[in-house]
Amino acid sequence: MMGFDFSQIGPALPGLMDGMVLTLKLLLLAVSGGVALGTVLALMRLSSNRLLSGGAKFYVNYFRSIPLLLVITWFYFVVPLIFKWISGEFVAVGAFTSCLVAFMMFEAAYYAEIVRAGVQSISKGQLNAAYALGMTYGQAMRLIILPQAFRKMMPLLLQQSIILFQDTSLVYAVGLMDFLNTARSKGDIVGQPNEFLILAGVVYFVISFGASTVVKRLQKRLAV
Amino acid sequence: MSAMITLKNVSKWYGDFQVLTDCSTAVEKGEVVVVCGPSGSGKSTLIKTVNALEPFQKGEIIVDGMSVGDPKTDLPKLRARIGMVFQNFELFPHLSITENLTIAQERVLGRSKDEARQKGLHYLDRVGLKAHAAKFPGQLSGGQQQRVAIARALSMDPIAMLFDEPTSALDPEMVNEVLDVMVELAHEGMTMMCVTHEMGFARKVANRVIFMDKGAIVEDCAKEEFFGDIKARSERAQHFLSKILQH
Repeated sequence: MMGFDFSQIGPALPGLMDGMVLTLKLLLLAVSGGVALGTVLALMRLSSNRLLSGGAKFYVNYFRSIPLLLVITWFYFVVPLIFKWISGEFVAVGAFTSCLVAFMMFEAAYYAEIVRAGVQSISKGQLNAAYALGMTYGQAMRLIILPQAFRKMMPLLLQQSIILFQDTSLVYAVGLMDFLNTARSKGDIVGQPNEFLILAGVVYFVISFGASTVVKRLQKRLAV
Repeated sequence: MSAMITLKNVSKWYGDFQVLTDCSTAVEKGEVVVVCGPSGSGKSTLIKTVNALEPFQKGEIIVDGMSVGDPKTDLPKLRARIGMVFQNFELFPHLSITENLTIAQERVLGRSKDEARQKGLHYLDRVGLKAHAAKFPGQLSGGQQQRVAIARALSMDPIAMLFDEPTSALDPEMVNEVLDVMVELAHEGMTMMCVTHEMGFARKVANRVIFMDKGAIVEDCAKEEFFGDIKARSERAQHFLSKILQH
C-alpha cells in the first residue's frame, strides 16, 4: 500500500490561492458576460422578427451541440485573429482573455434558454399593463418583465454557474494556471501528484456542493 | 365636435377566424359607454384595439385626433394618455404600491420623483388606500389591488379610461368597492369605455350601452332605450339580458 504524504501542501498554499483567484475571476466575468449576452439572445429568440429569432436559435443550437473544450482551444487561436481583424494590428490577447470570451459565448447559449423560459413565465398581461402605461418595449422589458423573470430563474442561473465553476478547469488545455492546473503542476514538481489532486477534488467538492445546497434552499424559499 | 374615441368599421382576424366584424361606434368626451355581451363576443378584443394592445387589420380608430392604426403614430405616447384597467389587475408584483403608482409617471412622462409620488399618493388616497402605500401588491386583496390599478391609471392624467372586465376576477364581496370608485369617476366627467357585466353599474352611470355578439356590434343605444323596453331589443340581446338580469 502506498502511503499519502501531504507535507508539501502547506508551502504550496499561496500559489494554490493564486490559482483559485484566477478561477473565480474567470468565473465571475464569464457569468456576467454570459448572462448579459444570453439575455440579448433570449430577447432576440422571442422577437417576432424572423431574422433575429432565427439567428439566435442557430447560435444557441450551435453552441449547445459542440464540446466546451473545442470552443476553448479553438478560440485560443481565433480570438487573436478577430482582435487583429477589428483593430487592424496584432494584439497579444493571452490565454485568459481568449478563455473568457470562449466561456462567455459558450455559456450564453445555456443562459439564453434559461432567460427565455423565465421571460415566457411572466404573463402577457404584465407586458400589456406596461404598454398601456406608455412604456416602450425596452422600458417594459428592463423595468417590468426582466426583473420578475430574473427573480424566478435565479436558482437555475446559479445552478448553471456552479457547473461553469467546474468547467473552468478545462482551461488547462491552453495552459492557463487556474486552481486545478496549479495543483497539478505543483504536485508534479514536489512529487506528490496524488495528494495535490485529492486536495483539489476536496476543494471543488466543498465549494460546488456548498453553493448547490444554498441554491436549493433559495429555491425552496422562492417557491413559497 | 369630434368624439374622443371613434371606431370606423374595425375588423380583425386571427388567421382565418374573424374576431371583429365592422365595428363602428364613438365615445364623446365625458361619456360613459358600457360594452356587454356573451363571453367570446369580442368585447375585450375591441376595447384593446383602442389603445393598440390588439392590432386590427381593417377600419380606423381615432383617439383624440390620433390614428391608432397608422404606423407613424407614436403608440407609447398615445397609450400614455389613455388609462387602462385589466381584469387581472396587473399590478407589478416586484414593486411596492408607491412604485407601481410612480414608475410610469417618472419613466414615461418624465415627472420628478417628488411630483410623481405626490400625484400617486393623491390618487391612492382617493381610492381609500393611502395606508397601504408601502406594501406590495401580493399583500392586498383583489378589490384593493384593482383600486390601486385604477389609481395607477389616473396618476397618468389620462384623457379617457378603458376598463376591461374590472370586476370579473373579484370575489363578490369586493365588487362594490371597485364599482364605487368607477361610479365616482363617471360622476366627475371622466370619459370611460367599460367592458362589464355589471348591469347595475350600467343603469347607474352609463350614457350608452353597446351589445356585442360574435364579433359584431348588435346594439348601440342610449341607456334609457337599452333598459327601457327590453322587448324592442334584438333577439340575441334579449336572450343575453334574460340570463343576467333575472337575479
